[in-house]
Amino acid sequence: MIGDQLRRHPTLGGALDRSKALRFSFDGQRYSGFQGDTLASALLANGVTLLGRSFKYHRPRGVMSIGSEESNALAELRTGARREPNTRMTQIELFQGLEAQSQNRWPSLNLDLLSINGLVAPFLAAGFYYKTFMRPRGFWEKYEYFIRRAAGLGRASGEADPDRYERIHRHCDILVTGAGAAGLAAAKSAMQAGARVAILDEREAPGGWLRFDRNLIEGAPATVWLDETVAALRAADNVTFLTRTTAFGYYDHNLITAVERVQDHRAVPDPHKPRQRIWTFRAKQVILATGAVEQPLAFADNDRPGVMLAGALRGYLNAYGVMAGHKAVIFSNNDHAYRTALDLIDAGGAIEAVVDVRPSPAGDLVRAVRDRGVRVYTDSIVSHAKGGHALQACDVTPRGGGRPETIECDALGMSGGWNPAVHLHSQTGAKLDWRDDPGCFVPATAKWPCVSVGAANGDFQLADCLANGSEAGAQAAKASMGGTTATAVPGVRAFREERPHPIWEVPLGPDRRGKRFVDFQNDVTVEDVELAHREGFVSVEHLKRYTTMGMATDQGKTSNIAGLAIMARLRDKPIPEVGTTTFRPPFTPVSIGAIAGQERGQHFQPLRRTSMDDWHAENGAVFQNVGLWRRPHYYPHAQEDVDDASRREVTATRGAVGVCDVTTLGKIDVQGPDAAEFLNRIYANGFAKLPVGKARYGLMLREDGMVFDDGVTSRLGETRYLMTTTTGNAGPVMAKLEFYLQTVWPELRVRITSVTEQWAGFSVAGPKAREVLQDVIDIDISDGAFPFMAAAECRFAGAPARLFRISFSGERAYEVNVAADHGAEAWALTVAKAQALGGSVYGLESLGTMRIEKGHVAGTEINGQTTADDLGLGGMLSSKKEFIGKAMTGRPAYLAPDRQKLVGLRPVDGATWIKAGAQLIEDGAAAPPVQMLGHVTAVAFSPELNTPIALALLSGGMARAGAALEAAYPLTGESVRVRVVSPHFLDPEGTRMHG
Amino acid sequence: MFIIKCPYCGERDVTEFSYGGDATRAYPQDPAQATPEDWHAYVYERDNPRGWHVEWWQHSQGCRQWLKLRRNTLTHELGRTALPHEPLSPDDDEGSDA
Repeated sequence: MIGDQLRRHPTLGGALDRSKALRFSFDGQRYSGFQGDTLASALLANGVTLLGRSFKYHRPRGVMSIGSEESNALAELRTGARREPNTRMTQIELFQGLEAQSQNRWPSLNLDLLSINGLVAPFLAAGFYYKTFMRPRGFWEKYEYFIRRAAGLGRASGEADPDRYERIHRHCDILVTGAGAAGLAAAKSAMQAGARVAILDEREAPGGWLRFDRNLIEGAPATVWLDETVAALRAADNVTFLTRTTAFGYYDHNLITAVERVQDHRAVPDPHKPRQRIWTFRAKQVILATGAVEQPLAFADNDRPGVMLAGALRGYLNAYGVMAGHKAVIFSNNDHAYRTALDLIDAGGAIEAVVDVRPSPAGDLVRAVRDRGVRVYTDSIVSHAKGGHALQACDVTPRGGGRPETIECDALGMSGGWNPAVHLHSQTGAKLDWRDDPGCFVPATAKWPCVSVGAANGDFQLADCLANGSEAGAQAAKASMGGTTATAVPGVRAFREERPHPIWEVPLGPDRRGKRFVDFQNDVTVEDVELAHREGFVSVEHLKRYTTMGMATDQGKTSNIAGLAIMARLRDKPIPEVGTTTFRPPFTPVSIGAIAGQERGQHFQPLRRTSMDDWHAENGAVFQNVGLWRRPHYYPHAQEDVDDASRREVTATRGAVGVCDVTTLGKIDVQGPDAAEFLNRIYANGFAKLPVGKARYGLMLREDGMVFDDGVTSRLGETRYLMTTTTGNAGPVMAKLEFYLQTVWPELRVRITSVTEQWAGFSVAGPKAREVLQDVIDIDISDGAFPFMAAAECRFAGAPARLFRISFSGERAYEVNVAADHGAEAWALTVAKAQALGGSVYGLESLGTMRIEKGHVAGTEINGQTTADDLGLGGMLSSKKEFIGKAMTGRPAYLAPDRQKLVGLRPVDGATWIKAGAQLIEDGAAAPPVQMLGHVTAVAFSPELNTPIALALLSGGMARAGAALEAAYPLTGESVRVRVVSPHFLDPEGTRMHG
Repeated sequence: MFIIKCPYCGERDVTEFSYGGDATRAYPQDPAQATPEDWHAYVYERDNPRGWHVEWWQHSQGCRQWLKLRRNTLTHELGRTALPHEPLSPDDDEGSDA
């Protein structure tokens, strides 16, 4: 029976293009199918029913459904870098040369040695992880490896994704999710009213169950209405019509995200198209027409390949021409499933029996089935499905008890009725209501402007779908744009259906054997739910987590109702009182590639480069990322490592001159008559009397009194200042300044503008710094004319520039700002002059070394937990004025003598490096726990002192000067004896920088 | 994903804005006269309401204006926005215009 599409009906199958045959392979075996097939339909057509192994017990599994709710038929699709695990075969469109592999079996699908798990099943019941693998303690990590291997799903490719993905944002008046009867009717009436409409459907073709069921609309096959409606919508220029597009997330203010599988139906994407595309819709009105999901029934061994949802059985027949069985049994709690019996009989198949749990069903469809001579077992259940890798028979037992009758069959269509696909509605946090007839959860009041229609709202009759959809479309158009048009609703013959009987689980048969699966993907059975209840799990949320019911990639689309019904029976409460679990995005799994879109690799985040970046790259700089910026870390010569290079750069700078790119410092232009007053309130030290042409180091506190940021601010004119900030805080400082100006002191006449990118900056430091600059700067920079802390606007080789006599390195130093366009040129000129004088460029490593030698604080000391006093800057706080944070600086805890304060450290042996981040403790030999007195914040090797040095925050600070401590780094077991010294290692009087 | 109505730029996506904390606390009018209790209340005391709240937001990717936004922390409904000098309280019942 395998191969040659022997199960294919000669004429049926509206989805197929029989003129286009396709070849594909599954587990290495070659098959053929047609254009329009899914992988599931093509395999069924070839008589392949064993498609996978289950998650926990490795039981043989076949196809259960015909849509995105599939929990059994999962495959690894494609090979190599494009291999994708856990794809639902029911959603994979067949393409020429498709290759798929079954999952979770070893060594093969037919012979899976891990199915032994089924024999030890009693030990694998709900909560077995928690019970079994907790002893002995600490062994979990050893168990975990084996558990993950056995309970795996598919394998990821492990290679970089070769395909492109993209994102689109779209606004619309009305978004319709689902292009079945209700959605199409809604979109059509909204379109006719002139609204901007977007309509999405997850399948490759619109129509929903219009394609899977046989229906008449206006006396003609429903596909006629379907084709006309789709054509009209596609032709309208106010409609965006997307197929292969799943709305997977519904967020606040009517934001809906959807993934369009643009090229997944091809072996390799068109090089000019993305593989998938994420759509972000912002809609004035949302219409959810997501349909409903047929629910399975939990009877013994209801997972045998050949058992599927009754709707799927007829859907495969009508849309794909697949006779999944020649001798079929239908097991149902409702009238709707009788359609499957009718369709199979009319297609030439045989129905061995219809088994109905209800005592005396008599609806229109039931009578039609009886009229065709089919035996209907009423008040009965299927108590056991029989067979191994394929269904062979089933036992039918009267509900009141009695001897089972065994009926041979090769297909079994089960139906526990339909439950609305309320996932998107539920994702917004909106509630669900229980509706007794037909026994399902329907959306309660929507949270945002949104309405659910058709089967998604529990209205399962086609006539209702068309009428309610049409009305919803018109209403949404009216709400979003005013005006309205009446739309004619096509006529449909309604069938009289009787109420389903609300049971989803049935007892075991007299043989007491078999497993009754509730959640097929996670292998959760009726017994697991009962066990959870016995062990005291009352809340459905706890039940879900303990049994893992509904937690697989199918999110319990076919298991929630049965699980809740069992819980309700056990607790003796009605289902709505037991409650439902919360659905969260995504509705179906979304690939990481699609979510990342084009923001991968170098496009993951923007890269900020300074004007001199090309020079750095051409001259072999090793870069380091600082926020979004990249900055030279060091400039190695030949085989130098970072320590060698930095030692050379520092020595050249302190011995002659060094040049360093400092463009990334934040620069804020502050202007206005009240600029001085503003800065005086912002900074903790005085700024009111800063003269024109002078720079001053400023310290900013947060409102809680901790240090926020530091930098140099210069007065360029009577009402004009240039503030600089640290690289990392440029944005936050700007936002804070704007906050105070706009909300606290709106009366101040001050305007501020970020000019960080307008000026390239570099510092020229060292005894020969003035020599480098004096010929290229158009002002007198002799010490008399331009002393320490002078600032001026000037020209640098003719380009607009600013010059500041400030020093971070402790040397005589100038900071040059040049209009950004001239930055590269000015830098190259300066570097050439410096090198001619025996100088060097230097990077962040050397910058750090020199600031540590001087005891200047940076980000590792300004860590949000240090006060000015902690950093040795307490003397800067002005007592003569109010400033941000002042009120808090006197709080007792800020003045405690044991606060951690800035100190310097040197290794006692004068040679061993101290580790940054090391903890300072009294005695390295003491057994933990020991009191931690502080930690090392920054380390360097000082070429001039010829010893490693470090800065640290230490309890008591300089009160411990001279003490020996242990700098311990337990992560690596390193420890070094250190002595507490002044943080000002070099030139504490500052004679060098004053010149 | 909110849409926030900037007083200058109109309705814009929340990704253009930065959150700035509780806007029901005011910086002491006269810092020199404020008591330690005043400062403690301003710097540290924050309600964590379940329901309507007024927050600072800055249109940082737009006009850079700081604004007050009335937001329901439970339902994510948004109410009015206001400029810093305009009064806006969590109990504001002038209705939503966002």
